[in-house]
Amino acid sequence: MEQRAEATVRTQLVVEAPIDRAFAVFTEGIGTWMPPEYNLLAVPIAERVFEPRVGGAVYDRGVDGSICRWGRVLAYEPPNRVVFSWDISPRWQLESNLAKTSEVEVRFIREADNRTRVELEHRHIERHGEGWEQLRDSVEGDGGWPLAIQRFAARFS
Amino acid sequence: MMQVASSRSEGWTALGDPTRRAIFEALADRPQAVGEIADRFPVSRPAVSQHLKVLKDAGLVVGRRAGNRCIYQIDEAGIVALRAYLDQFWNRALTAYKLAVEQAEE
Repeated sequence: MEQRAEATVRTQLVVEAPIDRAFAVFTEGIGTWMPPEYNLLAVPIAERVFEPRVGGAVYDRGVDGSICRWGRVLAYEPPNRVVFSWDISPRWQLESNLAKTSEVEVRFIREADNRTRVELEHRHIERHGEGWEQLRDSVEGDGGWPLAIQRFAARFS
Repeated sequence: MMQVASSRSEGWTALGDPTRRAIFEALADRPQAVGEIADRFPVSRPAVSQHLKVLKDAGLVVGRRAGNRCIYQIDEAGIVALRAYLDQFWNRALTAYKLAVEQAEE
């Protein structure tokens, strides 16, 4: 058999900010930028929290007080690197089987005093389900999701 | 009543709409024709078609002809769609992140 393929999303960008701030806004400031409409709660979210320590949680708190912990902090190395799990299933439900969760690694690289490169890798997406490779190949073959991505990228070009 | 997609609902916001997300989840259960979906949701058939078009344009569902009907489906595990969704999600999120981190300096 071929080596098992992996599903990974990689993206990077440069921000005009010192590395310490880039790290702090990404982690403790997560509520200031991650789109709040993407959440698993039945009600609007009041707060999104990133607990700044290994073993901490990434969670949303709804306006009714309900809590959804959708990530676990796996590595916390300010200001260079952070890794957290993605405990959300393809059905947009909380995944309780940790063997079926993916992870997000973010690296911060100083380019200048006021410029930082941020590299994000969302990997092991294949753990969320089995038997997706053939489907991925067939979809890639006839312009399935790459087309969607191109269309999306055009919005920011 | 008619809850058609606005143009900004294309692409990465395709699943931001609760009705579309519900339709997507229904298709995760099993492939269905437009009429079947319309019977399950309190929206009109044209609205369902419009939602499906947005999901299709975003690469989240595919349609195939079966006689005179069009059956819509996603892959069972949803991984293809999930990867595309996450790719879009992160691009959107990091664009917002860049704004937040650069505004924070003032």
